[in-house]
Amino acid sequence: MIEAVDLSKQYGRHTAVDHVTFTVRPGLVTGFLGPNGAGKSTTLRMVVGLDHPSTGQVLVGGRRYADSPAPLHEVGVLLEAGAVHPGRSAREHLLALAQTHGISRRRVDQVLDLVGLGEVAGRRTGGYSLGMHQRLGIAGALLGDPAVVVLDEPVNGLDPDGIRWIRGLLRSLAAEGRTVFVSSHLMSEMALTADHLLVLGRGRVLADVSMAQMTASAAPVVNLRTPQAEELRRVLTGPGVTVTDRDGGLAVAGLDGAQIARRALDSRVLVSELTPQTTSLEDAYLALTRDDVEYSTTTTTTVPRRAAA
Amino acid sequence: MTSTSTSTGTGTGTSTGTSTGTGTSTGTGTGSSTAVPAVGDPAVADRRQEVTLSRVVRAEWTKLRSLRTPAWLFALTGLGIVLLGTMMAIGTVVAGVSAEEEEVDALGGALTGISPVELLVGALGALAVTTEYSSGTIRSTLSAVPRRLPVLVAKSVVVALAVLTVALVSVLVAFTATRGMLAGQGVSLPFTAPGVPRALVGAALYLTVVALLGAGFGWLLRSAVGALAALVGVLYVLPVLGIVLPEGAAAVVVPLMPGNAGAAVMQLGPAGLLAPWAGIAVFAGYAVLLLAVAALVLRRRDA
Repeated sequence: MIEAVDLSKQYGRHTAVDHVTFTVRPGLVTGFLGPNGAGKSTTLRMVVGLDHPSTGQVLVGGRRYADSPAPLHEVGVLLEAGAVHPGRSAREHLLALAQTHGISRRRVDQVLDLVGLGEVAGRRTGGYSLGMHQRLGIAGALLGDPAVVVLDEPVNGLDPDGIRWIRGLLRSLAAEGRTVFVSSHLMSEMALTADHLLVLGRGRVLADVSMAQMTASAAPVVNLRTPQAEELRRVLTGPGVTVTDRDGGLAVAGLDGAQIARRALDSRVLVSELTPQTTSLEDAYLALTRDDVEYSTTTTTTVPRRAAA
Repeated sequence: MTSTSTSTGTGTGTSTGTSTGTGTSTGTGTGSSTAVPAVGDPAVADRRQEVTLSRVVRAEWTKLRSLRTPAWLFALTGLGIVLLGTMMAIGTVVAGVSAEEEEVDALGGALTGISPVELLVGALGALAVTTEYSSGTIRSTLSAVPRRLPVLVAKSVVVALAVLTVALVSVLVAFTATRGMLAGQGVSLPFTAPGVPRALVGAALYLTVVALLGAGFGWLLRSAVGALAALVGVLYVLPVLGIVLPEGAAAVVVPLMPGNAGAAVMQLGPAGLLAPWAGIAVFAGYAVLLLAVAALVLRRRDA
């Protein structure tokens, strides 16, 4: 369990994390999403005490990480793959970590085998690929058999096989009752792994929802134009159907185009335009974070629209 | 689908993963994927061991011995002390100078190498810290030991013990060789002569303190170049300032300057410096002070 309360981080005049409150629960894979620069890494660094919060605090298992007598057993963390001395072998890198807690060499070899680095463990990590660095980082996170696993962008640099491996790993970690907190800037990746989503944008929580809720919000929407908006709204509204105003027309979720056309015809309401709009989780995520992208490549409209949080 | 067994770490010893889930499903959340063996290890879960200083010392020793650069620096330091230390004796023998003709300072000769190698051990101390920052390892180090202070203490202990050992052995070799060669020239300087044991041990201590100064600057500046520059400033530039001081002040300040204070322990005769042990104590005091400041900064600063 990770609990952040009113957590902020200020770097000079730049606010990286802005009064964030959230809870990451055990037994689930919680995806931590947000555009680059949203404050994900900073938040994760504060979880393990590398950065000191400007306001608020974050507790792991009910206490500050730094107050834990055996931190590696509490939280396993991968913050930045490749943060390993290139002249040191993977085995010795992990051994030095293990020794701080009196963890055995046997366990070091065990996690090396677990992530598939057993055969290259004696080689200096300078020659490792990005994917191998990721695996080494994950081995380090699992070393202390921790109750909480925090991984920052673990799929970066992994090949398709490695990506599938990590999905299975995350699922099984959560199935074992652990708290799994995984950041990514790719919704598509989280869609296949996460049970719960925490979306950050410009340092603020944009969404803290289950995957089911997120999926619902990504349900297909049909855009309509009609001169009889009020009447059509009345005809269509019902259980599981939402009708909202959009761009001078209506946006309907919960009914498909054929159903809408049928009801409109039955009630003799003229529909001048009917456009099914397919959205994916990716679209839902992009809509959510559209206004909060730190470094946007496209010039957006001059009047920023607030995304629903 | 069979996924891995549940081992929540209560040590019932049932975490042998039955990873038969080799299905090729890519569906959302079905939990099946390529085989993932059990992550948990009851042996680890059973003995949730805490971070202790002695464990962090062991970890720091692993770090120091698993890199090549420190090994090279140690080798160069040892070689430098021995080769430079015996140079004078070799010269004396080759020139055939006898003790009656010229006063031969056997001890000073044997310690010739100390000053030239001091930047090597300084670099060693600095690098033990700064490679953590340059490679990013500091993040895993500090997440394993989030209290941070044990890391600084352990690194200091490991660097100090390693430098002390290498320096002491090298100094003894240099002195023994010098004595052996000069014995033929009629120079006799026993190990037990007044001041000799102190000067030999003191020389090793002097290098140890230099390494710790390097480490201290490494923590503060997080850069090997910066740390070495600071060390050069303290050891070589600071004494130059003594020249511009008024005479009265200079008499007080100059012996207290780090390099001068440290060198006092290696002198047999009085040289306008502090008393030998007082000198090395002052020198060590500077290192302790520097490391204390570094510890404060390390705790406060973001990693």
